[in-house]
Amino acid sequence: MSRHTLSVLVEDKPGVLARVSSLFSRRGFNIESLAVGPTEVPEVSRMTIVVSVEGLPLEQVTKQLNKLINVLKIVELDETASVQRAIALVKVKADAGQRSSILEVVQLFRAKVVDVALDAVTIEVTGNDDKIEALLKLLEPYGIKELVKSGVIAMSRGGRSITDRALRPADRTA
Amino acid sequence: MDPRRKWNEGLMSTNPGQASGEQITGAESLIRSMEHAGVDVVFGIPGGAILPAYDPLMDSAKVRHILVRHEQAAGHAAEGYAAATGRVGVCMATSGPGATNLVTPIADAHMDSVPMVAITGQVPSSAIGTDAFQEADIRGITMPITKHNYLVTNPDDIPRAIAEAFYLASTGRPGPVLVDVSKDALQAMTTFAWPTDISMPGYHPVTKPHSKQVREAARLILESSQPVLYVGGGVIRADAAAQLRELADLTGLPVVTTLMARGAFPDSHPQHMGMPGMHGTVGAVGALQKADLIVALGARFDDRVTGKLSTFAPGATIVHADIDPAEIGKNRHADVPIVGDVGEVMAELVSALREEMAAGRQGDYEGWWVQLNRWRDTYPLGYDLPDDGSLSPQYVIERLGALSGPDAIMAAGVGQHQMWGAQFVKYEKPRTWLNSGGLGTMGYAVPAAMGAKVGLPGSVVWAIDGDGCFQMTNQELATCAINDIPIKVALINNSSLGMVRQWQTLFYNSRYSETDLHSHRIPDFVKLADAYGCHGLRCETPEEVDAIIEKALSINDAPVVIDFVVHRDAMVWPMVAAGTSNDDILVAREMAPSWDSEE
Repeated sequence: MSRHTLSVLVEDKPGVLARVSSLFSRRGFNIESLAVGPTEVPEVSRMTIVVSVEGLPLEQVTKQLNKLINVLKIVELDETASVQRAIALVKVKADAGQRSSILEVVQLFRAKVVDVALDAVTIEVTGNDDKIEALLKLLEPYGIKELVKSGVIAMSRGGRSITDRALRPADRTA
Repeated sequence: MDPRRKWNEGLMSTNPGQASGEQITGAESLIRSMEHAGVDVVFGIPGGAILPAYDPLMDSAKVRHILVRHEQAAGHAAEGYAAATGRVGVCMATSGPGATNLVTPIADAHMDSVPMVAITGQVPSSAIGTDAFQEADIRGITMPITKHNYLVTNPDDIPRAIAEAFYLASTGRPGPVLVDVSKDALQAMTTFAWPTDISMPGYHPVTKPHSKQVREAARLILESSQPVLYVGGGVIRADAAAQLRELADLTGLPVVTTLMARGAFPDSHPQHMGMPGMHGTVGAVGALQKADLIVALGARFDDRVTGKLSTFAPGATIVHADIDPAEIGKNRHADVPIVGDVGEVMAELVSALREEMAAGRQGDYEGWWVQLNRWRDTYPLGYDLPDDGSLSPQYVIERLGALSGPDAIMAAGVGQHQMWGAQFVKYEKPRTWLNSGGLGTMGYAVPAAMGAKVGLPGSVVWAIDGDGCFQMTNQELATCAINDIPIKVALINNSSLGMVRQWQTLFYNSRYSETDLHSHRIPDFVKLADAYGCHGLRCETPEEVDAIIEKALSINDAPVVIDFVVHRDAMVWPMVAAGTSNDDILVAREMAPSWDSEE
């Protein structure tokens, strides 16, 4: 199993999310996370899809995606050559005795406390998957009451934009 | 060949027309759009949501509507029309059940890359999502089985949706496109403007092959010692039979034509090794299996061709040419991938080969042909005649082909009769063999034959059908009789779901669970034909076969149904059992061919 992060530019048309997600399920590809949102170009949306595949099929994933009429461009973003971020909100049990040690962990991860109650704090953390996982591991002993995590969004490092022609699409046979 | 040809024909045959400012209904806009797209016939059934469109349709001088008896048949008729003529087939249905009845033919067209546009009515946009009467989310339902689909709720969007639908259906890898139009969009007023250019930023089919890849393929062809041309249905869809013929004649390579490609290369050609696959000839299966180079042309390494994939053609280098990049490397790694229109690929391949040959490089396949000829001579297609003097289905189909000639169009159902139709009719021309290859849809034959006959009224069109298949769509005999569509039906009546029965014989200890249809008794197909206003004939002995076929060929005033009452234990051979290797092909029960020995 290997993980790949795909940035997919799509026309912002009704049903496009359904087309993409149903393609993944019917072709037996695994989506780890999917995030959709607008871009700097009106009428173009960007999906960041983290997909786990075994060996050959990544090419199949991108080729099948490319066949969707509303898909404009697919770029695979290498983990080291791109910035990848997800956001998580974590509600942790915290009475007065535990609060300060939790805050210490929050500081270490450059996370934020966004809500405090008598018996809990809610923490917002942004980062790549590894960072968020690491924080959760440290928070677990206190008792995680609730967790919500976004899909990963990603962008390549450097001056070039995904809409530049120079950026090689993830699939181009021959 | 310009893949936009068919599209442009429609465009150029009519006035492109600017927005005239004239107020018309969405329904009128829809019919006018169909006229501009070059539609001459549509198969369909009206109903509530599509009703507004049927009113202006009545007045159209260009679009003929054929009222079928079940929407599934409208879809298959559109497929048959498209497969026989190369033009886009069109079907129409209302919302809900009308639309869902189109699902099977749409899926069928998707699997077999048939250019088709399906137009459906939808409940009014204000009612969408409320579980309204006859509401079904047909756009959502058909997403995985269409090339693309549309839901139109604004009447101004109708011409562009229709224009794009026809463009998408007929260019690149052809396929079905569905346009779902809400009833209020059909009823509202709009102005008509036919789009003169189609620009879809996410759709750019590559038709021109990469010349470096083509030269590499040419080099491999000349260097290989056991090459084969593996020809798929793409060659027929691309109208590339002439280019294939030139390539084959130039190189002397053996050719195999898949179930979808029967007719792409003449069966009478000495280089034709026949059909590969589960019920292919030993020669064709062997040609692929033992090849050192497979040149796949518009084919997709389907499991029915490769058998167990991991053991398929283990020694072969693969050149794979297809217009759909996603097919390349999907099932089998391609050493030389070529994305492009298969006709252009072959034309460029011929040029590249000519250059190589001019430089003194020639292929040498003499040893290969010795082996191929031995397989072909030792294991020709054949069948045993039943001992009891009853009718052999293979014999019937063989005679049907011989007496009807190379211009007749054969549309088959799915099952034993389909395989025999592919094996024992000699095809010389593309678009003379129509069948449901990928989806394997029983009931395809009668409506597909109807569509083909409508598209090519001057041709003899046979439906080669089984008694199981026939009972799924035979209501269309009424459509044929009423609309003067004199198709001919050769009913291979073995009173069984024959192919399933064959598998029960081979793999389930001859326990015939639910495969006996009792159709030697019920229904009486001759009476049924009669009831539908068709000529019904019955044939029970080998002696009368020719005379009855000749009689059917002489009837042109109404459809003909011949009930061929055949022997039920006949089996389709050769056979590569599902999931096994092509190496383990059997020419008859428990009889394996010998690949290598000289005996």
